Amino acid sequence: MRQNLYAAVFAAGITFVLTCLMIGVKLTSEGTQLQVVGASEAQWAWIFAGIALVFFSQLFRDQISTATAGIPRPNLGALMPDREKAARLKPWLIAAVVVGLFIWPFMASRGAVDLATLTLIYVMLGLGLNIVVGLAGLLDLGYVAFYAVGAYTYALLSAYFGLSFWVCLPIAALLAATFGFLLGFPVLRLRGDYLAIVTLGFGEIIRILLNNMTGLTGGPNGISGIDKPTLFGLEFNRRASEGYVPFHEFMGIDYNSGHKVIFLYLIAVVLVLAVLYVINRLMRMPVGRAWEALREDEIACRSLGLNRTVIKLSAFTLGASTAGFAGCFFAARQGFISPESFIFIESAIILAIVVLGGMGSQFGVILAAIVMTILPEFAREFQEYRMLLFGLLMVLMMRWRPQGLLPAKRPHMELKR
Amino acid sequence: MLQIEKVNTHYGPIQALHDVTVEVKKGEIVTLIGANGAGKTTLMMTICGDPKASSGRIVFDGEDITGLPTSQIMRKGLAIVPEGRRVFARLTVQENLHMGAYFRTKAEYEESLSHVLELFPRLRERFSQRAGTMSGGEQQMLAIGRAMMSKPRMILLDEPSLGLAPIIIQQIFEIIEQLRSEGVTIFLVEQNANQALKIADRGYVLENGRVVMTGSGESLLTDENVRKAYLGG
Repeated sequence: MRQNLYAAVFAAGITFVLTCLMIGVKLTSEGTQLQVVGASEAQWAWIFAGIALVFFSQLFRDQISTATAGIPRPNLGALMPDREKAARLKPWLIAAVVVGLFIWPFMASRGAVDLATLTLIYVMLGLGLNIVVGLAGLLDLGYVAFYAVGAYTYALLSAYFGLSFWVCLPIAALLAATFGFLLGFPVLRLRGDYLAIVTLGFGEIIRILLNNMTGLTGGPNGISGIDKPTLFGLEFNRRASEGYVPFHEFMGIDYNSGHKVIFLYLIAVVLVLAVLYVINRLMRMPVGRAWEALREDEIACRSLGLNRTVIKLSAFTLGASTAGFAGCFFAARQGFISPESFIFIESAIILAIVVLGGMGSQFGVILAAIVMTILPEFAREFQEYRMLLFGLLMVLMMRWRPQGLLPAKRPHMELKR
Repeated sequence: MLQIEKVNTHYGPIQALHDVTVEVKKGEIVTLIGANGAGKTTLMMTICGDPKASSGRIVFDGEDITGLPTSQIMRKGLAIVPEGRRVFARLTVQENLHMGAYFRTKAEYEESLSHVLELFPRLRERFSQRAGTMSGGEQQMLAIGRAMMSKPRMILLDEPSLGLAPIIIQQIFEIIEQLRSEGVTIFLVEQNANQALKIADRGYVLENGRVVMTGSGESLLTDENVRKAYLGG
């Protein structure tokens, strides 16, 4: 009891300090001056109610845990069909999902399709980083740099040489891969924290370079008016630029700005499916297993004659090229990019997707990408507390499901308790 | 099979091996005994090329491998079971074994696999289980099995009995003898000098990075100094 009292006082204290700073006081600008404004009385009441809740839940946590122990937990495992049945159902399920992905945008609202497109970009990024972090176990905090390289490749090639999206897509992937290769070399001998710091620096270098090479990249003003992708030369604008035919005229239908959104979404779906297919194949190939083995034990890998240079570089390069794809598509979708889009928080979000999904699990990564992009949209009404909620979600995840939403599965036996 | 001639190895400014000369002939079990920090593991690692020998020569099967990179040395028919087992904990037994045959064809893999599973029936039972969930003895069997997957002509074993129960140690040593009878040359590093010398054809005693004594397993086992220093009187 005494211990609980200490814990309760401590937790309540921390809650008090945090909420006072984050909710209790606010900085507002009044003319040229900054002023500190206290929260309203109703807000203070909420704050103290929260602190009281934390205090009492800590104080009586033993009683609470005994009281809740009787409540049965949902057995999710029972919901899954047994393995043989699952193996038979799997191709059908995948086919259904793919068909569904292609059909639903024609029925959904424009905003929903747009959000889905954004989600798919994050799925791509998550899948790419999953190779580096989840499979090869190399903590990369500067992943957004490759995303930026992909985006700027398309933006610059389109602005200076008028190259189309489809030509730039492989170039962007290739260039991002080259950057991945270049980063890979100096960090070959680094692991864990040291690797994280170097990659973090690399991400910042790319962003700052883009910011300062004003002549080439437009610096902080970014690049605008990037061409949208075309469908075999058909444009999705009301009036096509010279030498092009607009899609709606070609098809003999009325112009609808929604077509463009759906088209972009469909490209994203195709890209994600392509990335998924390639990574899935790679994971089944020896190199995929070598990544995992390297994550598990580097010395053992070397003792088996594996060349860690090749394995690490291949992971870095492939992860980077996926980000290049995503970046190229991102630039085409937005029509405008600036270094602002490639700040560290983006890297953090992508990493959060990988960790949240369960390291190494592709399905988990996809699920986490969906959660991480759609949840903030729903949480929009909480406005400035959005990040607070986000943090809370992370803390809860780490507390109750540290292995991620859907960790990579291997057949293994579990001892019944 | 393996000649180590006057090898010196440094970790930075510190010299770990001094003019070490060891020879292992084809089909032999040769053991290297010595106290903690004598340089046993360093010698093993020098053979594998990390750290590299600062002087001297290492010849494997008639080929000078002194300056080669580790990844190449390990593909020449030489395999090592590293100290502390080092199995891939989150991969299954099957995947672990597959990693051992990384550079071989599918047919060769199948052949080695059935051989290894015959040697270690226990691994068959645990085939699709994660390696990290097995007992220490099973993990050691897996580590040896994994090394055998590349069908090596010679195998280096670094303290295979480390942290295992006596009955398991007995099994491991039986397997080592069986490997020898199949024609695999064995270089064994052990702290468990008594057991190691019993199965060894010849032995070397390493002290402070120098070979101080050599002889047949039997003669070392009965040697007064060795008994005092390593066998407990």
